[in-house]
Parts: sequence; structure tokens; C-alpha cells
Amino acid sequence: MDRSQGRSDRPDIIAGSAAASGGAASTSTGNRGLQIEEPLIFEQDAPGRCGVDLPEPSVVENRLGGMERKSAIGLPGLSEPQVVRHYTRLSQKNYAIDTGFYPLGSCTMKHNPRLNEKMARLPGFADLHPLQPEATVQGALRLIDTLARWIKTLTGMPAVAMSPAAGAHGELCGIMTIRAALEARGDARKRVLVPDSAHGTNPATAAICGYAVEAIPLNDRGRVDLDALRGALDGDVAAFMLTNPNTCGLFEDEILEQAQAVHDAGAFFYCDGANFNAIVGRVRPGDLGIDSMHLNLHKTFSTPHGGGGPGSGPVVLSEALAPFAPLPWVVHGADGYRLVEHATGSGDSAPYGRMKAFHGQMGMFVRALSYMMSHGADGLAQASGDAVLNANYLLARLSDVLTLAYDGPCMHEVLFDDGFLKDTGVTTLDFAKAMIDEGFHPMTMYFPLVVHGALLMEPTETESRESLDQFVGAVRTLAERAKTGEAAQFHEAPVHTPRRRLDETAAARRPVLRWRPDAVRGEAAE
Amino acid sequence: MRYLPLTDADRCDMLAAIGAPSVEALFRDVPERVRLTSPVDLPDHQGELEVEREIGAMAAENVAAGSVPFFLGAGAYRHHVPAAVDHLIQRGEFLTSYTPYQPEVSQGTLQYLFEFQTQVALITGMDVANASMYDGATSCAEAALMAQRVTRRKDVLLSGGLHPHYAATTETLLKFMAGSVRTMPPNVTGDEDIAAEIGTDTACVIVQYPDLFGRVHDLRPIADACHAAGALLVVAMSEIVALGALEAPGDMGADIVAAEGRSLGNPLNFGGPYVGLFAARDQHVRQMPGRLAGETVDVDGRRGWVLTLSTREQHIRREKATSNICTNSGLCALAFTIHLSLLGEDGFRKLAALNHARAVLLADRLTDRGVDVLNDTFFNEFTVRLPGPAAPVVDRLADRGILAGVPVSRLLPDDPAVADLLLVAATETSTDGDFDRLVAALAEEG
Repeated sequence: MDRSQGRSDRPDIIAGSAAASGGAASTSTGNRGLQIEEPLIFEQDAPGRCGVDLPEPSVVENRLGGMERKSAIGLPGLSEPQVVRHYTRLSQKNYAIDTGFYPLGSCTMKHNPRLNEKMARLPGFADLHPLQPEATVQGALRLIDTLARWIKTLTGMPAVAMSPAAGAHGELCGIMTIRAALEARGDARKRVLVPDSAHGTNPATAAICGYAVEAIPLNDRGRVDLDALRGALDGDVAAFMLTNPNTCGLFEDEILEQAQAVHDAGAFFYCDGANFNAIVGRVRPGDLGIDSMHLNLHKTFSTPHGGGGPGSGPVVLSEALAPFAPLPWVVHGADGYRLVEHATGSGDSAPYGRMKAFHGQMGMFVRALSYMMSHGADGLAQASGDAVLNANYLLARLSDVLTLAYDGPCMHEVLFDDGFLKDTGVTTLDFAKAMIDEGFHPMTMYFPLVVHGALLMEPTETESRESLDQFVGAVRTLAERAKTGEAAQFHEAPVHTPRRRLDETAAARRPVLRWRPDAVRGEAAE
Repeated sequence: MRYLPLTDADRCDMLAAIGAPSVEALFRDVPERVRLTSPVDLPDHQGELEVEREIGAMAAENVAAGSVPFFLGAGAYRHHVPAAVDHLIQRGEFLTSYTPYQPEVSQGTLQYLFEFQTQVALITGMDVANASMYDGATSCAEAALMAQRVTRRKDVLLSGGLHPHYAATTETLLKFMAGSVRTMPPNVTGDEDIAAEIGTDTACVIVQYPDLFGRVHDLRPIADACHAAGALLVVAMSEIVALGALEAPGDMGADIVAAEGRSLGNPLNFGGPYVGLFAARDQHVRQMPGRLAGETVDVDGRRGWVLTLSTREQHIRREKATSNICTNSGLCALAFTIHLSLLGEDGFRKLAALNHARAVLLADRLTDRGVDVLNDTFFNEFTVRLPGPAAPVVDRLADRGILAGVPVSRLLPDDPAVADLLLVAATETSTDGDFDRLVAALAEEG
């Protein structure tokens, strides 16, 4: 096995020369100072080595019924120092909010306070089994109830389903609740309306709920075309799914008229709350005529994204939808807090089902409540104000060199298209990769789909003015370079990263989704 | 406010640069009558000390599992997590990064996902695994959807040995799709004949391994029956540590393994976040839900990693996607993979042996004291039949500072056949002293 650092074990792949990756002198290891190559754990295996010390199991007559494992698994053996170094080195190949500005539109990459991490790790939360007797988890249930109260107050909605595990899971909960409510009134409907600027999760969710998806176009101001919406609404429409502020970074200024039209058609108004961070403490979705909306606790309320999760997606519900909310939920009575985990078949609740095992993302609940309490009512409104201010500052400082998709003011994010790159030979992708070399995480590219070559920037409220100014300076310089014919440099970018542009087409054409020992690899290549 | 870097002077200057008179003016597109004019009715901001006090008080109202003799399982098993795991996952470059959509600056996340996928495939005996789902129950539900796509059949059969939360989550996800989901009655006696229920429109059978009651079944007969009828076998697991001791489902004919991975690397967390494992066969990879990290090369020919086969996913395929999942359990998957890297082949097998040995000792001690242990086979959890309803016994023992197990009625409240049954789990964290107290208390109850 070739364990040389950074070299592929595929014979057709050679380790890159340093000359090709930044022009520096070549090194014998492939390392470049602090950028250290790191092989897979499977390539560091030594049989018999182990990173934990466990006591010897007692000798017992096994009760595995003849099903005991008979062959080796193939897991590699590493010691603790090797494991710690491996993951530390891997971490150093990542960009993160902790290391720099991360203006990834629609993703709300704001600072993740460490107090929240500390609170979530208290043994009274982290070391709690979900099925302990209720008397032993009163504080946990109180925390869920308290967070629910904060959420209901901030959204102006009467009920919230806490169990969904992420934003898309929350959408699923919302649309299933709507379908259950419609079915309960004997009203089978077939379609869900989704603006063509929507997140991909919206149509995917509607499809899982058995609905046909119909796209609603935007008007020339970047908002839902109200006439088109009215034209599409009829007695067959179950729901209209709207993101507000929308994915163009704009507040839907005709939202009250939209709500009226949706309700006149007997349909429900679902809101994708991914962008709630723009309006927290300033506008309550309940006042906008919304029937249901999920919150991304990992966006608005700053629980860490963790490289792709976990999230948490509580869903607020109107009075009409609340009886159909999924199991379980917390109730508070004379003898304390109680969990309702099963449908009783009586009373006014008719839950449509269960979203996951147990009660929800408790670890995320603790973090979110810690964040909310730290900010308080005053701080949350200040945070949304600063988020909007920062985005408008980027708009003001960049709209003369980039091309603004729609006139401002924007909300928490600002959308540009690739008009400024016309005839430069530089694409949105090239521009994003050049930003990486300047030390920034790129903005969201090519989303929303409604503008050409979209560049969506979301600075969040936790960036200082100095950091925005530095970013503005870098973007302006790059825009100038693109326009003065330095396209070749953009095509090369990034050059200062652990890896340069990766071949995604090859990855998809012949997927290699796991490591295999050399022998097996060889056979597979035949 | 400690999380907000802008000063009043900054705000003033920035508004001037924008040409707006106030921050409120930036909200001019919000209809005037819905703009809040006073703060919402919630407390104002607080310092770390005050927040810590208030949230700490809530934590203190709970009985932490580690503070008492503890025997709960039923889908969530208490294990010791090496200190290095939590240290490493809190590195900001892991904790505060997003989904690795820009691979050049996400090689760390992508490489650990590739390693995670490999580990999951190895321990389950499958060809390929994804980069995680929300939890075991949602993995199980997604497996049913995938089986429908693969077989182009509609009906799903759930074993009565499947965790009721997994069954309910699966029924819910398929609620508004074509086809039926049929759940067999709770398989208390272990003699369920689910193969006899397979029909021509059965997309898959879902069985749990070990099952809800702790029993270990040979999966080959049901795998053969599924395949003979053109259906898939989905194997759900709620205790992944079992695979250090038991034959892998993939080696017995499973087509999909949908498992809870929380036992490795992650605390109990009162039920979430957990980490769903999802493993399948190579030929079905394009029908899998969720993210996949894959190997490729960069323009200099160096090995690297990317998210791949994205044309299955919602951000590309929208309503035609294989799943609506976006955010998954990335950081929990990282904790899982670090813990398993520390364990390695020897450690993982030893951990499993230790769990089994502890459970065998406890079962034997209970049997010796006249408690009715139902299982002939088990891994680290088994079922006992008490002389009367189990739930009040568990409450009484909790009052005495013993968390005795999970009464099956907590999961299946409407079934009188299970009212007296108690699920009891032992792991490497259970001590002889814990055993003494449980055995004495249950013997007294008997």
C-alpha cells in the first residue's frame, strides 16, 4: 500500500507538484508549510493498534444464538495521538466562520456562541435518556416548553411542533399538517404552488406529500407575481409555499394580498422560515397571515451548522392546523410537565403521525434558547437590524461594480447577477473561486435560479464593519481585474488551497464512494 | 451586546453610505401595519453568567443517566465516549463550517465523510453508505421510499419487532404516497412469520436486528424469501455497537441497512440530535437519499473529495429528488467516525464483547433471583416479564434512584400483551454495584 503523504493509490494519479499549486518550490513530502497532506485513516492502519483501553470482558456463555461475527471487519487500528492529529489536520483543510467571513447567501453563517455549546453539554441535558420517567426530566421538558414560548412569541403564532430535525424536515411537517387538516374536512386537493425562486426542498417536500408542484413566476421587482398567483389559485390548491424574505433577499411587499388570495381559495399559506433572521423581533409571521412556518434554529438562532448538520426545524402552526401537529408534544399541568407521546383518540387533537424517534433535537433546543436569552427581545431586534444594515452596506458599496439583480433596499442578503462579467470570459464560478484565494468563503452561486449567474451574499449581523470593508475591497479589485481582461487568472483559481478545482464530472461518472483495500481496488478497475 | 460587532458610530456611517435615514427605513417594504412598534414581550438581553444560571437550573432539575444505576435502551444506549471525540468535534473548522459545497475549502469535511461512509459500509457489510440522515427512524422511513423506487412496487411490510418509533416514522413518511404500510402485531413471542405476508406488490420487508425485544435473528431466511418474491430486505438497527459482535446484515442478504449511529461518539441528548446511518448495494446507489462524498482528482492530479451524484438531490432535482433532505447530521457523523477510529477493529469488537458480557451477567443474576427473563438470544438488551404492569414499577424504582429500563407500554400503550414487559439494557458503563441495586429492587417487586 502506498502510504506516501497525499499521493493517490490509483496508479493513474500522481501527487501534484507544488509548482502547479502556487508557484512555490516543490517539497519532497507534498506538504507546504502549514498545509499538511493527510492520508485516509485506512492508510494508517497497523493491526493490533488501538486508541482506547477497555477492560477484558468476563468470560460468559454467549447468547448470540450462533450469529456471532465470524470474519474481520476491516477497520483500521490507530492510537489516540494519531487520531487526534488526523482530525486536527483535516479540520485545517476547512474554511469556517471561526476562521473568516462566510457570506454564503441563504445559509446564515453567523457566529456560533460558545456559551451555547457549554450549556448543551451539561449532563442534565446531554446525559438524559429520552424515555426516562417524566418525573426525572422535568427541567428538560421545562426547557422545551420555554423555547416553545419564545418561538410562539417571536412569530406571533399560537402553536409550535418541536420535533422536526431540520428545515426540510420542518417543511415536511408543515405540509403534512396542512394535508391532514384538508383531509379532515373532506377536501382533497392536488396542487401546491411554489415560486420559481424557492429552495429545492420546497418542491421536493410537496412531492413527498403527494402533491403536484406548480411554479409561480416572479415579477420584475423580484417578488411573486400577484396576478400569476391569483390566476393559479383555485379549489384544487392545497397550499402556497413562500419564502419571506424571499431568496432574492427581498421582503414580499404584497404578502398581505397574497395571504388574502390564498385564504379566499380555501388554501393554506406555508412560509419557509429560512430567512426569518432578517425580521426577528421586528415582524411577526402571524401578523402576515401565515398558517404555518418552519424555523431553522441552525440559521436564525445560531446553532452551529457543523459541516452540514445537525439542524432543528420547529414548525409554528395556526389554530386551525394545531390539532393535526405530529407527536410528541409537551404539556404543562398542575403536577408539572408531561409528554404526550400517543394519540388518545379523544379531545381536539388528531396528530397526523411522528416525524422521528423521540422528541426532537434537544441539543439544538438548549443552544437556541441560550442564544435567545443572551440576546433577549432587545438584542434579537438589534441583530436583525444589523443583519439588514450589513447587507444594505454591501449593496451600497458594490452595486457600482457588480450588477444588482433587483433594486434595494434588500433585507439580510443582497443578490447580484453576472451582468458585470459579460464578455470578460469570467463566470460566476470563476469569480467565486478567485474569492477563495483572497481568503473569503464565496457567496452562494447560481441560486436563486431566477437570475443569470446569481451571486447571493449574506453577511449576517456578526461581521464587523472592518471585515465588510475588507471584503468590499477584495470584491471590487476582483471585479476590476475581470473587466480588464485578466480572465486567465480567474480560470486558474483557487491556487492557495489544499486542493485546486476538483473534477466533479469524473466523480459522478465513476463514483468512488468508499475506500477499498488495494487488491479489491485493482479488481474493480479491470 | 457581545455578539454584535457594529458600534453606533459604525451604524451611523454605514447608513450614510447607504443613504438611508435609519435602520427602520431599510424595512420600508414591510407593510406598515405589521411592523412592530415596541419590543416583543420577552426578557431583555443577559450576560453569560445570568443565562448560565437560568439554564443550569433547568439542567439541575433532571436526573442525569450517569448519576444513578441506569438500564434504559429501547433505541438509545448509554456508552462511554472517549474525551478526544468531543474535543475534536468542537474545533471551529468542523463546528462552524457549512455543507461542503465549495470542495477546495472543505476537504476536511469531505474526507471525514468519505471515511465515515467507508466505516459504515464495512461494519454493516454493505457496498456503500451515505453521509448520514437525521436518525435511525428517518433512515428507516427513507429506506422504505427507496425500496419503492427500486422495485417500482408500493407496499411495505414492517415487522412487529421493529421499534414502534421507527414504524410510526415510516408510516408517517409514506402516509400520503401510493401503497400501504402494514405493521405486524408486536412480536412478543418471537415466532412472527412475516415471509408469509409478502405479496406481489411488496416493495420491502423491514425487520430490526436485534429486534425491539433484544432478540437476535438469522436474517438469511427472510432475505431469501424477500428476494424470491422480488422484494428488498431492509434491516433496521437501533444499536450499532451490536455489529462488533454480530454478523453483518450485508453478509446475510440485506439490501438496505438503516441504523441509528448515536451510540458511537454522541451523548444521549434526550433524543436528539442523533445520526442516521444508511447503507445499500452498489447497484442501487443512484436511488439513495442524502449526500454522498466521493473521490476524485484536482486539476493538478492530486486525490481529493467532492459531494457527488447530486443529481439525486433536491437542490438540483427539486420535486423529482430521491428525498427532500438537505441538512443532515454532519457533526454527529464526525463524532461517530472519530470514536470508531479510536476503537478500530480490536476496540470495536472488544466494546461489543464487553456489552454482551455485561448484559449476560445481568440477565443471569436476574434469572437467579427469580425474575423472568424472556430472551434466549440478545446482545446488550433483553426483555423481562414482571408480575404486573411495568410502568409503575419503573416509576417506583426511579423514586428510589434507579432508572430500571423502558416499559414496553411507553412505546405501545394500547397493547395489553406488553403491559408487563420491561426492556433492560446493560453496557460497558454498567457497574456491578448498579447490578446489585437493580437485581435487589426487581426481586423485591417480584
